[in-house]
Amino acid sequence: MSIDKTSAPPEDGVVENPEAAAGAATAVDPRLLVREQGFAGYVAEFKRKLKAGDLGSIPVVLGLVIIWIIFQSLNSNFLTAGNLSDISVAMVGTGMIAVGIVFVLLLGEIDLSVGSVSGVAGAAFAVLNITHGMNEVLAFVLAILTGTVAGAIHGFFFAKVGVPAFAVTLAGLLFWNGFMLKILGDNGTINLNADGLVANLTSYYFSDVAAAYGLAAVVTVLYFLSAYFGNKRREAAGVPSRPLSETILRTVLLAVVSFAAAFIFNQYKGLPLAVLIFVAVLFVTDFVLRRTSYGRKVFALGGSVEASRRAGINVTMVRISVFAISGTFAALGGLFIASKIASANQGAGGGDLLMNAIAAAVIGGTSLFGGRGRTWNALLGVLVIVSIQYGLALEGIASPVQYMITGGVLLATVVIDAVTRKTQKTAGRA
Amino acid sequence: MVHVSATPVLALRGVSKRFGAVQALTDVELEVHAGEVVALVGDNGAGKSTLVKTIAGVHPIDDGVIEWEGKAVQVGKPQDAQALGIATVYQDLALCDNIDVVGNLFLGREIRRRGVLDEVEMERRSRELLDQLSIRIPSVRIPIASLSGGQRQVVAIARSMLGDPKLVILDEPTAALGVEQTAQVLDLVERLRDRGHAVILISHNMADVKAVADKVAVLRLGRNNGVFEVKSTSQEEIISAITGATDNAVTRRAARSNGESKK
Repeated sequence: MSIDKTSAPPEDGVVENPEAAAGAATAVDPRLLVREQGFAGYVAEFKRKLKAGDLGSIPVVLGLVIIWIIFQSLNSNFLTAGNLSDISVAMVGTGMIAVGIVFVLLLGEIDLSVGSVSGVAGAAFAVLNITHGMNEVLAFVLAILTGTVAGAIHGFFFAKVGVPAFAVTLAGLLFWNGFMLKILGDNGTINLNADGLVANLTSYYFSDVAAAYGLAAVVTVLYFLSAYFGNKRREAAGVPSRPLSETILRTVLLAVVSFAAAFIFNQYKGLPLAVLIFVAVLFVTDFVLRRTSYGRKVFALGGSVEASRRAGINVTMVRISVFAISGTFAALGGLFIASKIASANQGAGGGDLLMNAIAAAVIGGTSLFGGRGRTWNALLGVLVIVSIQYGLALEGIASPVQYMITGGVLLATVVIDAVTRKTQKTAGRA
Repeated sequence: MVHVSATPVLALRGVSKRFGAVQALTDVELEVHAGEVVALVGDNGAGKSTLVKTIAGVHPIDDGVIEWEGKAVQVGKPQDAQALGIATVYQDLALCDNIDVVGNLFLGREIRRRGVLDEVEMERRSRELLDQLSIRIPSVRIPIASLSGGQRQVVAIARSMLGDPKLVILDEPTAALGVEQTAQVLDLVERLRDRGHAVILISHNMADVKAVADKVAVLRLGRNNGVFEVKSTSQEEIISAITGATDNAVTRRAARSNGESKK
């Protein structure tokens, strides 16, 4: 949780601002969290968080590194630009669905229908665009809206009628799967236009090297500027701000990761359009969840429904909207998946898709208990899952083993979630 | 000090509330003036919490009238009560454990700048507010789950003060607190009164009631069982009204004549 990062009270170190100095005079309490300035303070804060079980993304990043090392040692083709680029494109479909799942998990609920809804979106697009010859942009929008409407229906039965989300979305899973088979008709498979909009979602690459590096540069600069001016404003208002050294450290880390990714993409075919869209979606959803009052409402509902209701939050509407969002992202993910195979078929949205999407959200660090998580978790989680899939495929290991390993990783993550919750409770920071 | 104004901020006239077969409140009368602390006492199940919830709009009343500054009003939902200027701090505090102190203080009334949450301004105002109320917590940026019970209570009270309400209802605010924090909360209650807020204080603790309340309204089995001036009433009289050891009509009459002779 990034909100903790700014938790250093001004009561300790140097205070420039007269207002803050007045605060320092009144609040001298040995129980206050005191953090030293500079790097030593950063390390101390980090250790305190580790002890308190506030692990954040550390376990999943470590896990990802271990997985990559293992597969690389098994097969030297794993960490090649081509393979990593393919993984990045392949993960977007499941990743989009996982973004929607993060919203639902933040409420402490579950949406089991996302697999089927994603299948419906792919089929709806194929039927409208290919069978009926509708304009592809219109068909695309309608396919996405199908997911929104499906999600809103689930949300209505959950929030308004009071049926448990588990049951509603389980019914949705069956219903929408049947609906997809129905609209696909007897033929079963509809091939998409190979040069069309949807096919391009996963097949288009920005071959100009400037695209990938440009994106990395834009992301880094934007991050630095927003952090820098955010801190300036905090200083001006006399509230604790992050030291400049920490902002620079974070910016450098971000720059290393994003330029490394850009370098790898450019070694292969360039920046994939799918990855650009996914990153944009993650930025927007993260912003909505953490910087708008709508996002605050979603977190509040995940913390305490009663408190939210008393704070005047329209619980029913927020719940319905969250399920609509989940359905929308399921549909978007479904179109990316259809794009990958350039067709809508009867198997779409089935198999391990649902479980992978939920696992991705949870592995990334979204709590199953509600109220904790970020949409960036979906990226980390889906990266782990798709890495396992591709690594095992390189080894020629069939899907049974793949399921077992993914299951093991999921269990490990949930155990970490449960254990950290316990540690946080004993450390008084649950 | 009782600065009784002409019209009460809030007046309940013959308020009744039923839950199915259970008659929770019967013809309850209550008046609260600005700058006055009214303690609401009664045994378990006497209807204190129900009465508070009807005022706060959680349970709409079945019969009777709620008057706000002399005018009859409908309080059908919590937002109605908030719009009037009624702030309620419930016993269960209604805080979100996963959200930090600033987020909880401003939950449902976030400050926005160009449509985006203005965290800086909210944090600044949170610190200002907590400083004013001499509330000490480790950091305004840690989740509520990390705070002790007493700290949560003061955060919840601080939160009710943000909208600058005319009437503050505190449901057992000192029940879970240590000696020092109880004193702080009582100080806080007196400060609210001195600023001209009307306060309804639910408490089981007679010492607290005697310390800060101007009037004590006793509920027994969902009915009024007397309204006493704190200064002129002994603790025993209040307790006997709570337990029903006194005859209702006589007590009420005594309280009335007592009150009149004071004025």
